[in-house]
Amino acid sequence: MKKDFLNYINKANSFFWVSSIVILFTLIIILLSESYGLNLVSTSFTKVLGKTLCLCIVALAMDLVWGYCGILSLGHFAFFGLGGYMIGMWLMFKRTKNIVVESTQNNILPLTETEINEAVGTQIFGVVGGAEIPLIWYFADSLLIHIILILLVPGVLAYIFGWLAFRSRVTGVYLSILTQAMTLALSLYLFQNDSGLRGNNGLSGLQNIPNLDEFSQAELSVWFLILSSLTLIFTYYICNLIVNSKLGNIITGIRDNETRIRFLGYKVESYKLFIFVITAIISGVAGALYYPQAGIINPAELAPIASIYLAVWVAIGGRGYLYGALIGAAFVSLASSYFTGGQIPNINFGIFTLKWVDWWVVILGLSFVITTLYAPKGIGGLIERIFRRS
Amino acid sequence: MSVLLEVNGISVSFDGFKAINNLSFSISNRELRAIIGPNGAGKTTFMDIVTGKTKPDEGTVLWGEKNLSLLRMSESQIVEAGISRKFQKPTLIETQTVFENLLLSLKKSRNPLSTLFYKLSIADEKEINIIANEVNLIESLSVLAGQLSHGQKQWLEIGMLLAQKPDLLLIDEPAAGMTAPERKKTVELLKRLSRNQSVIVVEHDMEFVKSLECRVTVLHDGGVIAEGSLDYVSQNDKVIDVYLGR
Repeated sequence: MKKDFLNYINKANSFFWVSSIVILFTLIIILLSESYGLNLVSTSFTKVLGKTLCLCIVALAMDLVWGYCGILSLGHFAFFGLGGYMIGMWLMFKRTKNIVVESTQNNILPLTETEINEAVGTQIFGVVGGAEIPLIWYFADSLLIHIILILLVPGVLAYIFGWLAFRSRVTGVYLSILTQAMTLALSLYLFQNDSGLRGNNGLSGLQNIPNLDEFSQAELSVWFLILSSLTLIFTYYICNLIVNSKLGNIITGIRDNETRIRFLGYKVESYKLFIFVITAIISGVAGALYYPQAGIINPAELAPIASIYLAVWVAIGGRGYLYGALIGAAFVSLASSYFTGGQIPNINFGIFTLKWVDWWVVILGLSFVITTLYAPKGIGGLIERIFRRS
Repeated sequence: MSVLLEVNGISVSFDGFKAINNLSFSISNRELRAIIGPNGAGKTTFMDIVTGKTKPDEGTVLWGEKNLSLLRMSESQIVEAGISRKFQKPTLIETQTVFENLLLSLKKSRNPLSTLFYKLSIADEKEINIIANEVNLIESLSVLAGQLSHGQKQWLEIGMLLAQKPDLLLIDEPAAGMTAPERKKTVELLKRLSRNQSVIVVEHDMEFVKSLECRVTVLHDGGVIAEGSLDYVSQNDKVIDVYLGR
């Protein structure tokens, strides 16, 4: 009986394969790692791979909101950045506080709470000409509250923004422009020195995890890789659950024919809002895992271009295929760091030198155009075609 | 027979053009009614108003025994109250199968979380089969809606309305793009449906309207110019002038 339904339902479940591949990949990297394995993969490359997994997570969110629900959001990197800032505040505060306390350990009189806060304030905010700890750092001492904020801040921002936009039935390119405006506004705000988040200096030293000083970066990088892949698998599970449920039918229905869904009695706005908020939270979590591996976050990370890159990854990987988003994000972001990292030599044509750093953007643009023209469903669509044929 | 839908003196204008001008209309429970009229007579705008897509500038739209005002309700609330609509152009989820289209239409909770945890039950599957049978699509349950013929798409859309168990069906041009045998089946289907619920059919095709054998309302310039049996309205001078031609 159960099998009969499946014939009627046009869906594919890729969770098993994707999670197996991610686990296998992680195990291989651990075996090759500097700290726990054969020392064939450097710490910095382990971090690159860990960061790539985080980009895969945010690409999943983008695929859910754009590929499945049809909302071309060009602002999901803002949520990613906010997640990063939320964990960054705790990392920076806690570590600075530990250093201050440690350096004054031999004092005859231990520092009072106020003195500690003053010293921490000078350390963190001296660079923007302040010594006071801004009010938004009130909970910076508590990891638990900041973990909650990682979910809450992007979620609440997405809820307010989405509620306003979807209620007024803003759709299509207008909504994309609004989301761009949101991320630009947020980025410009964070650039200000009095935003309370150190302006253009951003938050730094995030690779040093407080209270884990005895562990080397080589070890921490592996831990973060494991944490990132587990989060990726969990996110994939959630996204897979959503797209394979009746909710998945409704959101793809909204993408393909919003009027019909509305006149079947569904509140289209609630569904869009639901997906928008869920994906914003996923992006925030991805950001919170990314920036401790990157070590630094500054407002440039929230620039509109980052969110556009995200859309490019998902378009190349394949909208509407969850694994397509992973392939797109992993492939394009790794290629990007390869070409712009100065690892391949420039080619000299005599009068003209081909610099990969400059030309990478052209290659990326070209591959986007080629994908749109010849494989509108991206790499995921190509894979699907090969498997359907055989 | 009690009145199900009562529209009183509604008017609506777009940029100064009066699409609906002081229109009044009512339909009883379990009545089959055809609305005809030339292009631009306001047929589609009338449906837009009843389903909440357009708000009229004046007038009232009352629904059911409790005389609820539909003007204060959103589209989804109106659907919940029991009015379902088929559009002129078949409006389906083309990337999903016939089965999935019907599944989405079943009268179930419309809340995002309950749809996330929805499990297909045997009872629901049976219901989908019954509806598919009714609209001649039982063989096509696993076909993508986009791959159906034009006539089958029209049927699927009617099936999707049925799945919502409405009290009133608004059906815009059901016969468009249908072959003669398909039309015959559609006429039978609509007549059968009107035994259990009210049905309003908007149609251009006079042959089709004739075979429905029901009361006819003729619209022109946003208002009703005649109402009665098809033979009766066909005698009306004004109807002959604006619609049938001499």
